Amino acid sequence: MAQMTMIQAITDALRTELRNDPNTLIFGEDVGVNGGVFRATEGLLKEFGEDRVFDTPLAESGIGGLSIGLALQGFRPIPEIQFFGFVFEVMDSIAGQMSRMRYRSGGRYNMPITVRSPFGGGVHTPELHSDSLEGLMAQTPGLKVVVPSTPYDAKGLLISSIRDNDPVVFLEHLKLYRAFRQEVPEGEYTIPIGKADVKREGTDLSIITYGAMVHESLKAAEELEKEGYSVEVVDLRTISPLDIETIIASVEKTGRAMVVQEAQKQAGVAANVVAEINDRAILSLEAPVLRVTAADTIYPFSQAETAWLPNYKDVIETAKKVLTF
Amino acid sequence: MASKLKNAPLDAKKALEEVEGQFQTLQILNEEGEVVNEAAMPNLTDEQLQELMRRMVYTRILDQRSISLNRQGRLGFYAPTAGQEASQLASQFALEKEDFILPGYRDVPQLIWHGLPLYQAFLFSRGHFQGNQIPEGVNVLSPQIIIGAQYVQTAGVALGMKKKGAKSVAITYTGDGGASQGDFYEGINFAGAFKAPAIFIVQNNRFAISTPVEKQSAAKTVAQKAVAAGIPGIQVDGMDPLAVYAAVHDARERAINGEGPTLIETLTYRYGPHTMAGDDPTRYRTAELDNEWEKKDPLVRFRKFLEKKGLWNEEKENQVIDQAKEDIKEAIKKADAAPKQKVTDLMSIMFEEMPFNLKEQYEIYQAKESK
Repeated sequence: MAQMTMIQAITDALRTELRNDPNTLIFGEDVGVNGGVFRATEGLLKEFGEDRVFDTPLAESGIGGLSIGLALQGFRPIPEIQFFGFVFEVMDSIAGQMSRMRYRSGGRYNMPITVRSPFGGGVHTPELHSDSLEGLMAQTPGLKVVVPSTPYDAKGLLISSIRDNDPVVFLEHLKLYRAFRQEVPEGEYTIPIGKADVKREGTDLSIITYGAMVHESLKAAEELEKEGYSVEVVDLRTISPLDIETIIASVEKTGRAMVVQEAQKQAGVAANVVAEINDRAILSLEAPVLRVTAADTIYPFSQAETAWLPNYKDVIETAKKVLTF
Repeated sequence: MASKLKNAPLDAKKALEEVEGQFQTLQILNEEGEVVNEAAMPNLTDEQLQELMRRMVYTRILDQRSISLNRQGRLGFYAPTAGQEASQLASQFALEKEDFILPGYRDVPQLIWHGLPLYQAFLFSRGHFQGNQIPEGVNVLSPQIIIGAQYVQTAGVALGMKKKGAKSVAITYTGDGGASQGDFYEGINFAGAFKAPAIFIVQNNRFAISTPVEKQSAAKTVAQKAVAAGIPGIQVDGMDPLAVYAAVHDARERAINGEGPTLIETLTYRYGPHTMAGDDPTRYRTAELDNEWEKKDPLVRFRKFLEKKGLWNEEKENQVIDQAKEDIKEAIKKADAAPKQKVTDLMSIMFEEMPFNLKEQYEIYQAKESK
């Protein structure tokens, strides 16, 4: 075991899979000599050579196409999109092409591709770096979408994503890269994709969340405990497909639920979680399922982040509405 | 206020003219079937020349029958190919089985001659997933609908071949309109930067639906767009099977020798509409233009060429026509026999392992389907 930040856990997962499988390839803008703009691929070029870890021209769509073509030749590509706000340039390759390849070829071809990309607010990035666009991916049949919130989860989920024989979009929250350290086992281990994790057990209210909002929710749960409320925090970890079983089990136990996301209210996956709870556990509900989200504006100018991004106070406020409905 | 310079720092206009001057059309056979460029003549045996003619005649019949079957409602989506036989088939003829084809939506003939069974091509047209279940060992993708996507993917396939040390190439096709897409530039530029064994073909049939090529770009040729990627670009007479073959053969040699990709523009024409989905070329094309290009028909000139060599006659041609009609009839029958698609079929080809939501929906649809 070693104390690792999330970014170290990611690098460790990448190194593990580069060693395990000669077909894995890492490429993107500045992922080679530079080790990535956040050092996620630090040292990998040196250890594995330019044939396995390489830089590309500055063109996201080309990177997507490169991944698809390499997958058609039997490789296991792990491309990086420098910031997920740039996904619009590569929407066709991801949502129009790789997500559909197994289906459109009737199973003849498949795309074992893991698209890694950072996103998320709270670090005053310039425009279109921090936008939460996971909702777009979650709406695309043929993709799985993973958003880890801890170093331990990041490593196990990334190894699973890379080994998955269908495309996975792996979104890494910028604020969580170096926010804290955690014990992470050496060597390989996996966490199943599509499996949520109860990060805190409770009996009065279920908070269903993912990404940086997991930590805001945990902080809110601690505060609420001081007021006598027992709050359960469910970290989705995979936002497509959802772990319905874990979500519903928690809601049936607590009878009250809310969903917390960093994305705007009209975006993200919160509405989907609410709909699933309404469909499957309405008879357990003591109150409507409320959402904590950002406002339906464009992502804020960096100085306005504090006012705009949802935080633990918003979680507490909404939690009280649900608890006292 | 900007003052007028006495002399331009660079003669930009002259530089452009110089670039344009580098892209002359390669032709080997003229419209009369006469060899006008003996030096560029590809090394093909009599049997190969006859086989190429056979494929071109066969494909012309396939186009005629496909249009007719489409009108009868026995085929679905169909993009006519008549006129482009030299461009499509002579280029495929220069390939080896190991080469990988990434076709556009009009490039079904290349797939058929690379090994896709005819009945599957018909199932593709109708919209049946079995049409896209390419047989193992046939190195093709099904026709790409997103114009340009095949170009960026080709760079990846070619890089994959290079990494494996394979002596093969990835080849892709788009049209003149497609050369305006971002993915067109990214594809050729990536392949260039990685020195990957790719052949990029632009079949310039002068029209993207109703939009003439002059409205796509101020560039005099599509071939010169290769300059932007720093790779060789060639313009060929796309109605001349020998010129197309020679250009692709040459590009393939360079690619497998590690010299990187080539962009080839074939000047061609489609005699039919853009697709069978209601396009009416009389709205945007004149009869004069159609007549002018009909004189350039690749079949006419290649027939003349072969007849003069004593390698072709009416009897041979009729045999091919009969064979094509027979094969098409059989293929349509086989396509008719394909099982009707069920929603559960579609679910089971989404992932290697169905996620929760699909498992749940699978049971629902299975119950519906078993009623």
